[in-house]
Amino acid sequence: MLGYILRRVVGFLPVLLVIVSLSFFMMRLAPGGPFDQERALPEQVRANIEARYHLDQPLWRQYVRYLSDVGRGDLGPSFRYPDRSVNELLALGFPISLTLGLCALAVALTVGGAAGVLAGLRRNSFLDYLTMSFALGGISVPNFVLGPVLMLIFALGMGWLPVAGWGTWKHLVLPSVTLGTFYAAYVARLTRAGMLEVIGQDFIRTARAKGLREGSVVLRHALPGAILPVVTYLGPASAAVLTGSVVVETIFSIPGIGRYFVSSALNRDYTMVLGTAVFYSVLLLLFNLIVDVLYAYLDPRVQVR
Amino acid sequence: MKQRAPSNERRVLRRPPSQGARRLLAIAYRLLPTASCLPQSRQSGASPWHDALWRLRKNRLAMLGLTALAFFVMAALLAPWIAPFPFDKTNLPYGARPPTRTHFLGTDELGRDLFTRVLYGSRISFAVGILATLVSLTIGVTYGSIAGLVGGRVDHLMMRVVDILYGLPFMFFVIILMVIFGRNILNLFIALGAVQWLTMARIVRGQVLSLKTREFVLSAQAIGASPRRLLIRHVLPNALGPIVVYATLTVPAVMLEEAFLSFLGLGVQPPMASWGSLASEGAAAMETYPWLILFPGLALTVTLLSLNFLGDGLRDALDPQITSGR
Repeated sequence: MLGYILRRVVGFLPVLLVIVSLSFFMMRLAPGGPFDQERALPEQVRANIEARYHLDQPLWRQYVRYLSDVGRGDLGPSFRYPDRSVNELLALGFPISLTLGLCALAVALTVGGAAGVLAGLRRNSFLDYLTMSFALGGISVPNFVLGPVLMLIFALGMGWLPVAGWGTWKHLVLPSVTLGTFYAAYVARLTRAGMLEVIGQDFIRTARAKGLREGSVVLRHALPGAILPVVTYLGPASAAVLTGSVVVETIFSIPGIGRYFVSSALNRDYTMVLGTAVFYSVLLLLFNLIVDVLYAYLDPRVQVR
Repeated sequence: MKQRAPSNERRVLRRPPSQGARRLLAIAYRLLPTASCLPQSRQSGASPWHDALWRLRKNRLAMLGLTALAFFVMAALLAPWIAPFPFDKTNLPYGARPPTRTHFLGTDELGRDLFTRVLYGSRISFAVGILATLVSLTIGVTYGSIAGLVGGRVDHLMMRVVDILYGLPFMFFVIILMVIFGRNILNLFIALGAVQWLTMARIVRGQVLSLKTREFVLSAQAIGASPRRLLIRHVLPNALGPIVVYATLTVPAVMLEEAFLSFLGLGVQPPMASWGSLASEGAAAMETYPWLILFPGLALTVTLLSLNFLGDGLRDALDPQITSGR
């Protein structure tokens, strides 16, 4: 197992190299530099700025410099916030984005999983149709529509929860629900399908024949098999949660990485955009690895090589 | 007492319209060419496609989705004739007002008619959805069929690339692409299509791999058909079912992504409007003018729901083996 993990991590290196190189050259080939402003800068000032960020050197040297910096874990200075490095900005935003993402995943797994299990157990019942209609609706509502509508109802209308911002647990409720709804819906569908597949199998009948309580049959015997598709889905889901958090952080003015990313993309803050993309790629690769290991642990038939 | 009378009145008034609406829907369902051009009966010995379309027709939700979509697409095509106002006509003194008889979805802060803007927004949303899907279809089918047809080491390498790309945060690359090449609509659908082809490539490759060992392909090969002819005449037509299903499911995904980018201000630029940018304007002003977010959001949600219904229905219709287990 340890060997497998090590080999996977080593396999990340060429992938990361491709990502970094691709985004680096795309950024540099773009017309217009980060310091192009409406007001033309004096020649000397401009030259000084470019020298500071090494923009006056030939492209390949900039590339080598950037690669070696990234290799050492230094993503460079931010072009827009001159007194901050990209690392500092990411370190500032990441705990917030992580909290939000984990809460959203927790909402998705608990609500979606429970709904899926119930629907799967009572197939074709009213409950089944109800949850599956909700699931289809949840898949079709974009989060940037759901967020404002929830805000309108629960924050502006009822006044139960704060409108936006970050701080207490109350600030976390609406963003997590907004971000988690889509995945809750998807997880509900996956769990239901998994449940239907498992519940008809012989070992479930055996468990029932042994006289186990229904709760034990469902939770101990059926559920581990039924959630396997959900575990596979966790990889893509985490990628999408990262993407979705960009919108949700913008809507609810949460100072996470996503919001930095959007503002830096709009401002052409190259190092920040690049750094965020690299950071998210590393995060995703790691998460996919965790999911694969988890899968092998849950399903003994899968052999990790 | 005074308060009860109107509520009773309303309850009485509410019933006939809902019946009428149901009847209208039933009539529309029959009249619509989309529904009536599908097979009306199940013939014995019919072609697989005929059979599949018949199954689709039996699927209520899919037909509902198709009907709604037909309405939306027709409205989008006819927008210049249907729209009650020019889409960028402002009326500053009028300002933002809730729905009235002339502006039946209300107006925005510049006094522009929201119904007109949603109508024109649908043109952009549908255009991006369809064109980006075509881009992804082209790349995915080409890539997948080359990998499947050549096989061996090339196939292995090509699929490794797809595996790697799968693990990447794609929307970030689309955002980078939009930042670099400018935020115009042509770049938008190329960028979206360029990142949406992975699943299509996998599906096509799988189909080609299984089809290329079948007898009819081998016989075509034996009489000297070129690889190109083999692919276009023999393999791809037989892989059309999964391709169609997945393309249908790509359209809502792409539309959602376009709306997402426009919402962030990275997609369609004003004065043009898509559903995403309308929702974004609406979200900014929702505290005072909630209808500005509600109607574009509703339009987008209903369209996505219809596309998902249709996609699920097509999958069930074209691929009966998959669903028989569920």
